[in-house]
Amino acid sequence: MQNKGHMSALTRQRVRSAWVFLIPMLLVLAGVAAWPLLRTIYFSFTDASLDDLASARWIGLTNFIYLLGDPDWWHAVWNTFFFTVCSVSVETVLGLIIALTLNAHMPGRGLLRTAVMIPWAVPTVVSAQMWGWMFHDLYGVINDTLLSLHVIREAKAWTADPHLAMIAIVIADVWKTTPFMALLILASLQLLPHECYESARVDGIHPIKVFFKVTLPLIKPGLTVAVIFRCLDAMRIFDLIYILTSNSRDTMSMSVYARQQLVDFQDVGYGSAASTMLFVTIALLTALLLTLSKVKPGKEIA
Amino acid sequence: MKAAFYLLVAVIVLYTVFPFYWAIVSSLKSGSALFSTDLWPKESTLANYRSIFLEQPFGRNILNSILVATATVSACLFIAVTAAYALGRIEFRGQGLLLMLILSVSMFPQVAVLSGMFELIHALGLYNTRLGLILSYMVIVLPFTVWVLTTFMRALPKELEEAAIMDGATPWIIVTRIFLPLLTPVLFTTGILAFIAAWNEFLFALTFTLTNNMRTVPVAIALMSGNSQFELPWGNIMAASVVVTMPLVLLVLAFQKYIISGLTAGAVKG
Repeated sequence: MQNKGHMSALTRQRVRSAWVFLIPMLLVLAGVAAWPLLRTIYFSFTDASLDDLASARWIGLTNFIYLLGDPDWWHAVWNTFFFTVCSVSVETVLGLIIALTLNAHMPGRGLLRTAVMIPWAVPTVVSAQMWGWMFHDLYGVINDTLLSLHVIREAKAWTADPHLAMIAIVIADVWKTTPFMALLILASLQLLPHECYESARVDGIHPIKVFFKVTLPLIKPGLTVAVIFRCLDAMRIFDLIYILTSNSRDTMSMSVYARQQLVDFQDVGYGSAASTMLFVTIALLTALLLTLSKVKPGKEIA
Repeated sequence: MKAAFYLLVAVIVLYTVFPFYWAIVSSLKSGSALFSTDLWPKESTLANYRSIFLEQPFGRNILNSILVATATVSACLFIAVTAAYALGRIEFRGQGLLLMLILSVSMFPQVAVLSGMFELIHALGLYNTRLGLILSYMVIVLPFTVWVLTTFMRALPKELEEAAIMDGATPWIIVTRIFLPLLTPVLFTTGILAFIAAWNEFLFALTFTLTNNMRTVPVAIALMSGNSQFELPWGNIMAASVVVTMPLVLLVLAFQKYIISGLTAGAVKG
């Protein structure tokens, strides 16, 4: 009995020091995350402008009413969802193919893995500029190659043509983010037991059938988490779109829209309303995805 | 079958490597050669590289990026070690909620804190300074660092600290004497990943700096403009891109295993 009392005193001491250990992090996060977030939400109910934040007046829901009535905003919402769905589905398929290839036993596997890691190491801004240059309408290597292969008849304005610009953005994004997806899938693949495959091979089951019947169900939890992470990341896209097509209405994402209002038009109140809407959208989407996929964050690292 | 597999491998390598290869090739061409699509420049020249360092403050931009990223990562690692110990090794009420909160901070859109952060940085007199960038980068780097370190802390065996607890060691002693030495490779891994995240950050750096001298590398590359207002100085942009990407690619080459372990630990396991 005495021992138990001693343990709980020890536990209490450890819990106390846990909170002491957490204080610096909590203070910093309160200062740089919670406070700015709350201020942004507050600004969204005011007419604050960038050069004079102090004289912001409360105007209620006015910003939100204007926002929901702005076709450009809805276009940005549509662009963001379109981009997220296209980009994440393509990179999941490509990531699976690359991960399965990396998982195969073959000479030079390390070299292949290094090659696959290169796009991940390239900063997004650099990748955007690289693709912008390759997509150049007059001197771009993509037009040049496609023309000489007779795939297209005339040079395309990849980043200026409203019908092509979003495709160009998705292509550039997929290139940059597929390695991350492939590495996460590879990590799940390497945990799979060899026995399943051995018996499947002995039974002479076709590899493609093995993939859909054995591999895919087994890696599904890991794959789901990777897809959710990438979806949430894609929803906040800014850099790539801002650099490839600047503030073009045709390809603008919700983040680009919010920043344009906030900084270029100096309308902090309205821009904050757009940011707040993006924040709420992502929060709702997170809740929805977590419920549908039955993933429990916080437990998974136990 | 085997041939098809190697063809697939070749296609993957071409796909992942070509864009960066093309940036290198383009950076070595100048004048009208830039507009030809030769796979290797007929006459290589370093003119673009000279231009970015002599005609633009690119050296200064690199220095800014190094200073900001290093300071952010050091501060975050320092704060994150004790926090990760508390979250990973001690059980207390509200722990799950706290972890959820940290994860959601790392997933929320940067633009959602943009105006609040702008106000904060202005109020502190840190607009257009490196310190302002360091402060704002904490919101990106700190949650990530804590999350990855917590994952690694949990993976360490329980017996490690039991003996120390029996000997009456305080949690502070346990962290600094037992965990810190064991975690050196992990801190290194997390540090590299956090450094890359800070090095690549764009939105805050674009919004919270004004002059070319205070810009970080990504902003400098994004806003690079030349003499002609109709055409971007693509040669210069590619040279700058190669300069900032090469160290990262070499880092990946050298520490591939560490980086992959850190990346997979950072993403939750199902």
